[in-house]
Amino acid sequence: MNNRTVEIGVGLFVALGLASLFMLAMQVSNLGTVTSSDSYVLTAGFENIGGLKVRSPVTVSGVRVGRVSAIDYDDNAFEAVVTMSIYSNYDGFPEDTSASIFTAGLLGEQYIALEPGGSMENLADGDRVQLTQSALVMEQVIGQFLYSATAGGE
Amino acid sequence: MLDVLQKLGKATLGFFERLGRGHLFLLQIFATIPGVLIRPRLILTQLYSVGVLTLPIILVSGLFVGMVMGLQGYNTLVDFGAEDSLGVMVALSLVRELGPVVAALLFAGRAGSALTAEIGLMKATEQLSGMEMMAVDPVQRVVTPRFLASFITLPLLAAIFSAIGIYGGYIVGVELLGVDDGAFWAQMQDKVDLQGDVYNGIIKSVVFGFVAGWIALYEGYDAVPTAAGVSRATTRTVVHTSLVVLGLDFVLTALMFGE
Repeated sequence: MNNRTVEIGVGLFVALGLASLFMLAMQVSNLGTVTSSDSYVLTAGFENIGGLKVRSPVTVSGVRVGRVSAIDYDDNAFEAVVTMSIYSNYDGFPEDTSASIFTAGLLGEQYIALEPGGSMENLADGDRVQLTQSALVMEQVIGQFLYSATAGGE
Repeated sequence: MLDVLQKLGKATLGFFERLGRGHLFLLQIFATIPGVLIRPRLILTQLYSVGVLTLPIILVSGLFVGMVMGLQGYNTLVDFGAEDSLGVMVALSLVRELGPVVAALLFAGRAGSALTAEIGLMKATEQLSGMEMMAVDPVQRVVTPRFLASFITLPLLAAIFSAIGIYGGYIVGVELLGVDDGAFWAQMQDKVDLQGDVYNGIIKSVVFGFVAGWIALYEGYDAVPTAAGVSRATTRTVVHTSLVVLGLDFVLTALMFGE
């Protein structure tokens, strides 16, 4: 076996292995950063965010326009503050846009759906979405259902 | 009756004898590592025959394993409307289990058997005793470079297997079956943990590389120096490595992911 072939082969092999490790670390696991530079930030307060997580999608009419970049708890207003980074090519949301937390499918992940309002003014970087609707918590829904079922059965 | 007992005792003693010799052999390998590190060229040629030549089988089977998982996972998950979780499923199964384990099994079949046959044949043709006559330590010259090469190789092979498997799942899930591209990667990144999943997978493959190299070399070095002996040793390498890898995988999984 030619020496040069051996060296090139081993070099390629090690490079491929390290590239795969790098790909596993950055692309597959939660180390990679997602906040690209061409996005702007909106915040919204929710009473209950359910199972929403950082990096959950933000959609409008089912189209993904950004991601949740941070989740915090505001202990003055007693509510969760969700920071969303929205791709900057979608910058025309009216001021009275509302944000709701929905679940994709029965067991799917939770996401924020924005619904544009009718105002002439647009939301800008750092603005807060005023109209919000919390996540549906299954226990609460079942509790309400049981309550109304027993009340109606009388 | 006595005959049976005698055979049983002989087999038991033989088992412990081989086990003990195997561990002494390992100590012998460890003792010669510094001498080999001075001459990295020995390791380099072994990296080629152990690693580079195993690459095609790893690439092809990784791709197909990932594609099958994408297909099967999609068919199950779509019933629950959770096909967005396909990426998580494919990535977690590959990184935690299938990558290290299947890569180790393929490694045992492709490289381990070749190592055993090579060293067994060297022993049968008295090349090893020839080296000893020339005051060259055969363990240092022949065995240890191969051991180090398999130790280095298997983690890389497992990483390549996982990475290409995830792309296989991506091709089937996203390109063919229409899972959302963003959800595939985003959920994967959300659920796969660098520390808990990727590192543990690498640790597993390092352990498997160690064990696979050790068993293959020991079986070759300890083979009965005849044609039949070498062929039996080669079979034993594949069988023992597969069993030990699968057993160790359970133990390691219990240690890493159990409570």
